[in-house]
Parts: sequence; C-alpha cells; structure tokens
Amino acid sequence: MSELGPEADVTTEAADQRPEDQRRTNLCALEAVLFMAAEPLSLEDLAGILEADPAEAQALIAHLAADYEGRGIQVQQVAGGYQVSTRPEYGHFVARLHEPERFRLSRAALETLAIVAYKQPVTRPEVEAIRGVNSDSPLDTLVQYELVYEAGRKDAPGRPLLYRTTDNFLGKFGLNSIADLPRLDTIPADEAEARAAAESLAPAREPDAGDEPTSPEPQERSG
Amino acid sequence: MIAPEIAAQGPPLHPAAPTDRVFTGHPVKLPIFEGPLDLLLFLIERDELDIFDIPIERITNQYLDYLAGLESLNIEVAGEFLVTAAQLLEIKSRMLLPQEERPETEGDEEVGDPRAELVARLIEYRRYKLVAEELRARAEVQRLVFSRGALTNGNGNGNGNGEHAYLMLNDVSTFDLWAAFQAVLSRVKEPPTGDMPRPRFTVAQKMAAIASRLRWEQGGIQFVGLFLEAATRLEIIVTFLALLELIRLRRARVAQAGLFGEIRIYPLAETRDRSLPGVTTHLSGATEAE
Repeated sequence: MSELGPEADVTTEAADQRPEDQRRTNLCALEAVLFMAAEPLSLEDLAGILEADPAEAQALIAHLAADYEGRGIQVQQVAGGYQVSTRPEYGHFVARLHEPERFRLSRAALETLAIVAYKQPVTRPEVEAIRGVNSDSPLDTLVQYELVYEAGRKDAPGRPLLYRTTDNFLGKFGLNSIADLPRLDTIPADEAEARAAAESLAPAREPDAGDEPTSPEPQERSG
Repeated sequence: MIAPEIAAQGPPLHPAAPTDRVFTGHPVKLPIFEGPLDLLLFLIERDELDIFDIPIERITNQYLDYLAGLESLNIEVAGEFLVTAAQLLEIKSRMLLPQEERPETEGDEEVGDPRAELVARLIEYRRYKLVAEELRARAEVQRLVFSRGALTNGNGNGNGNGEHAYLMLNDVSTFDLWAAFQAVLSRVKEPPTGDMPRPRFTVAQKMAAIASRLRWEQGGIQFVGLFLEAATRLEIIVTFLALLELIRLRRARVAQAGLFGEIRIYPLAETRDRSLPGVTTHLSGATEAE
C-alpha cells in the first residue's frame, strides 16, 4: 500500500507527518498487528507495539472498530484483550473453509460451568450443594476441555480443590471478563417474576404483541 | 398419603394460569432431570405454582410418584433424589405441626417457614440453570466467530504462555513430577547392548549428589538438569527416588513456574543429623527397578 521503506523511516518521519497522516499510519499499524495476532492482545501490549500511550491506543481501537462496521470482520474484546475476528453472521461461510469446533457440553456440564463462573474459586462440594447432585463428571469434563482449572486448594477441612474458569472459557463464550456475566440477582426467581419484570420494562409491548414478531425478546435474553 | 386427585384440587395458586391446569397425577413423558432440584423446578413450573408458596403436599406426592418410576431405572441416581424426598417429607411434617402458623398466602418473608431453605435453593439453582442456557447460546454464536488465534492454536485454546502467568503452582503435585519424570524417561533410550555390566547407583549416593548441588548452585536446580548425565534408565530412576526421598525428608522442595512450566528444585534448611538415614538407601540391581 505505502512506499515506506524500513520501519525506521516510519518513526523518524513521524514527526514530519501531518497529524492525520500519523493517525492513519497508526491505524493501519494497529490493523496489521491485530490481523496477525495469534491471541487477544491487551491494551498495554498494543500500546507497547504501536509506541503509543494506552489512551491513544484505545482511541485507535475504537476508530478501527468503527471502520469495521458493516464489514465481515470486527474488533472483538475477548478475555481481556482485543482481536480481529469474523462476524458471527458470516460464520457459516467461513465454516465451509474451517470446520468450527463442535459445542458439546451436556446440560450438567453447562450448569456446573455457570456455577464455577459465578462462584469461583469454588470447591466441588459447593457446586454439588447448589446443583443437588454429584458433580464429579461434569467438573472433570470442564477441566478436560480447559474451561475450568484447578486453582489450588481451599484452606478448609480436607483441603478441597478449588476451581476457576480459564481464559479459554472467556474466549469460547465471547466474554471479555467474568464481570460480563449478567448479575445473578437480576435473573427473576420464577416465571411470575419474569413476567412482571417484562411487563414493567415494556408496558407498551403487551397490546401489540400480536402483530410484532416474537423474536426480539428471546434474542435479547440470549444475546 | 394423599391421593393425587385430592392434592390436585388445590386452587390455582397463581391467578394468571390460563393453560393446562389439568394434572393427570402421573406425568406421562418425563424429560431427563439433572437432579432433584431440577425435577422440583419442573413440577413447579409445569403447574405454574408460586415458587414462594409451594403447596408442599402436592409437590411431595408428585415428587414421590416420579421417584416410584425412577427406582426401577437407576439406584445410583435415585439416591440423590431420595435425600430430597426425605427433606420434602420433613418440611411437610413440620408444616403440619400445630404451633407453626400455616402460611395460607404469601409466605416468602416468613422467618419460620419450613420451606424457606428449599425455596432459596430452588431459586438459586434456577438462576444458574437459566444462565447455563444463556451461556450455551453465547457459545453457539461464538463458535461461528473465527479468529486467527483459533487457527494457529489448532484446538482454539486462547491459552498462550503469558495468560497463565497468574497460575503459579508453588506446590507441584506428585502427579506433575511423575509426568515430568516420564518425559525424561522417554528422552533416554536404553543403549542396545547385550550384557554390558551396569554401574551401580544407590539412592544414598544420588541423594548426596543432589544435596551437594543444591548447596552450591544458586537459585535452585532444574528438574530436567538432574538427569542430563544419567546414562541409563536405572540411573534416572535412582536419581528420581533420591529426589523424592529428599522431598520427603524436607530437605528439598520443588516449584513449577506455571502450567507446563519448568520444574525447579530448591534446598530447604537441613534438619540436623537426619541427613541420610539408612532406610530405602539401597536399590540394587536392574531387575527391581524395571
């Protein structure tokens, strides 16, 4: 694209460049770096690579993300870092090129995973107390899939193992951090509460529910 | 026990319960339940009962009905269900006690309600169950999001080296040691010889050797480094036993920097005069070790 020589020129000429050009260069550099990064890069990593301060890097990321609006790729914030990834809408095309991983977690494993995610670090008995059933095999499965790891032992009788979720978990579920999980107490206690919450949120929706397609609601929940 | 028909006669506890109020007494098709709480939730939600005011008799009967069918299936699973059945019966009996005022209406804030604990557990479990479903939905979306990292790592693990920096294992389990030991063993191939005389090594010798290295080498020694000069499997095994012995005697400790990181051995302060006891010192002959 550009006829710039060795990298040294970029930095020495940087001072001569007009601010817009400089910004453009940085933006392209960011794009190039994210394009090739093998794993999500933290803001600090990116700032270091781009020789920019974190605030600047943050602004560049926002700029690039905005540039990618309406494109097949996106800047995604995952597991505490940034990565360029394809948009899920076009995933099934990419899937013809690269087989996506199959998602094969049982309900038991998912429930267990949810409990570990919220309660971490958590012991096996604590998980079982919530689920009301033996959870050995789901926990083992989660450890095997590197969604959960054994993070030491609790200073309690029997020194039970403690479990935490991995960065792999964040990546697989498109989460930036554990804080992205919905707050548990915002989840209604039962169907009646759920209905009440829905009604209080959208009082206008009820009457014209007939002609509205029902899809928006579940999408919000799952999204 | 109350017959299901009588139990089902109870007024609908939730006013907004328009559909299928018909309770047949015996659920015909049952989904697979993850456990007793899952089953209870199913029973409550199927009949649109108020979770804060569970009709305990009715639920208990339905629950036991289900158990009756379950027993023939799987005793192992039934055990967990039985515990909850006992709890249900206990709650039921406590609710029959005269001094306890029976909450006819909203009982959620009641301190003395015997159901309170069960309700709290049910609600908590239900929340995790819902989150689990949301997580599944997220993962289904995310698996169609491709990034370079997922390709280069093959199996799509986002676990680079740096990311496990917080995963410092200060204590290495014997299993880790065993795995590291296997790695060393696989590196050394026994030379294809016939009747070469093997030099003898004793655990005591190796212990002394390791101890002296620990004394002199600053910053601990590499686990793998212990075996570099070892020529035979026997020597490796003896060295390993010596290391385990040193650990047992609290004269050495091992630490690993992160998952799959390097294992290093560090000296611990020598306890006086217990240096080399005569136990487990002689491991003679290859036959024993092989």
